[in-house]
Amino acid sequence: MIKYDIVIVGGGPAGLSAALSAKENGAESILVLERDKELGGILNQCIHNGFGLHTFQEELTGPEYAARFIEKLKEAQIAYKLDTMVISISSDKVVTAMNGKDGILTIQAKAVILAMGCRERSRGALNIPGYRPAGVYSAGTAQRLVNIEGLLPGREAVILGSGDIGLIMARRLTLEGAKVKVVVELLPYSGGLKRNIVQCLDDFNIPLKLSHTVVDIDGKDRVKGVTIAQVDQDRKPIPGTEQYYACDTLLLSCGLIPENELSQELGVAIHPATSGPRVDESFQTSVEGVFACGNVLHVHDLVDFVSKEAKAAGRHAALFVRDGAGRKKCREVPILAENGVRYTVPCSIHPEQMEDAQTVRFRVGDVYRNCFICVYLDENCISRKKRLVAVPGEMEEVILQKKDLQAVLGLSQITVRIEEA
Amino acid sequence: METRELICIGCPLGCALKVEIDQGKPVNITGNTCKRGEDYARKEVVNPTRIVTSTVAVEGGSQRTVSVKTREDIPKEKIFEVIKALKGVSVQAPVHIGDVVVCNAADTGVDVVATRNVI
Repeated sequence: MIKYDIVIVGGGPAGLSAALSAKENGAESILVLERDKELGGILNQCIHNGFGLHTFQEELTGPEYAARFIEKLKEAQIAYKLDTMVISISSDKVVTAMNGKDGILTIQAKAVILAMGCRERSRGALNIPGYRPAGVYSAGTAQRLVNIEGLLPGREAVILGSGDIGLIMARRLTLEGAKVKVVVELLPYSGGLKRNIVQCLDDFNIPLKLSHTVVDIDGKDRVKGVTIAQVDQDRKPIPGTEQYYACDTLLLSCGLIPENELSQELGVAIHPATSGPRVDESFQTSVEGVFACGNVLHVHDLVDFVSKEAKAAGRHAALFVRDGAGRKKCREVPILAENGVRYTVPCSIHPEQMEDAQTVRFRVGDVYRNCFICVYLDENCISRKKRLVAVPGEMEEVILQKKDLQAVLGLSQITVRIEEA
Repeated sequence: METRELICIGCPLGCALKVEIDQGKPVNITGNTCKRGEDYARKEVVNPTRIVTSTVAVEGGSQRTVSVKTREDIPKEKIFEVIKALKGVSVQAPVHIGDVVVCNAADTGVDVVATRNVI
């Protein structure tokens, strides 16, 4: 059996950053396993700019951002295998993978970092009625076709869902000569970043219809058109509001789901709100020595935050390998998400082991205006931060200080909640 | 005096900007949280600009396209002309990040460069 101290599943932004950080923190034997034919993950098809403002203080495209990490990985001589699919991970950290060259590989690791990313919600998961003609794509599939394969998926498109990939693809298809007739969003607000509404839709006069959805797909062999309708407060279509759009393509940009089949088989506890593993402040899952970071943990808006989070996960994995079971067991305090806060990452913290400051990231479940983001240690509010607006599409954060947590004797829980003015 | 409301596209924060315009010139900018926002607002009301990203064909490489961008932002009304200037362009592999693919695209004075390596 092959042996590595740390095996990282996934060579996208999270896996790359985790690998580099593990190496910087003393881990010597690291292996990255990537199922695609190259490192970089989804960044390779995200050819638009806007990446790296936090990490590199300059604005890069996705492939440029990935290339910086890939170069560093090669300089650091960290081992990686491409075209390699991990098929199982056992709780004693035996990773089974396969590729066309080596066949089946069994690798004994001391620590495993889950960095598999996420995938798009499919038509099947959306329950859109109609036939199953060609021409219905997830926005990410269309992005890959256009940007990597050099193929245009259609001439006239309707986009369902206003997530960032959908908005980016509305612009991309327009630039490539296709006509994007409308972007339709079920919710009364967009799921994408405001800047993308401006530079992807407004710049090209593409209409965005909020509180609307696709109720029928027309066409048997190829999409001929779609019917959209307005929805009520319960998100049910309102009869009589139907409008028909002739088109040959329907793109779906309706949310991303962390890809955790491997994690679940391994027995990692999954958080129902994120569909990602539950982790503590060291990004360790419920299985000792198994860490998680990036979009497999919770879906991010910004790759810069993925890199930062993965850097912490890589460091903690390296420390775990160094200290092993010698790490003392200490008290774990749960972080509760309440009143509009859907979840937190991490969802628990060890006050004795934590670093001086710990970032806690979360999303809100609805649009809140003039609200306060509040942190309670047991019954006591220690922070009350005013926000003009908080929306589900943009991740929020609070920072916990070790000294505050240690000052509370017998601290039993931390609560993050939204309070309205 | 005219007031225009903008969403900054300088970074994902998307600050809501207010620009007071006097005789076609921005005189007061509020709502920005960094210098980038001020620069954006100043440009956006006089001469809006954008970075354009796309792909061009590549011959003899490990994939059929290479991603490209304008090295700097170009006037917004020139976006489609720049895209047109990229149609039919084909480069020979290997291509490296930063390689110039089209010089002075659509007379903007800005080069279009490769944003990935295709070996």
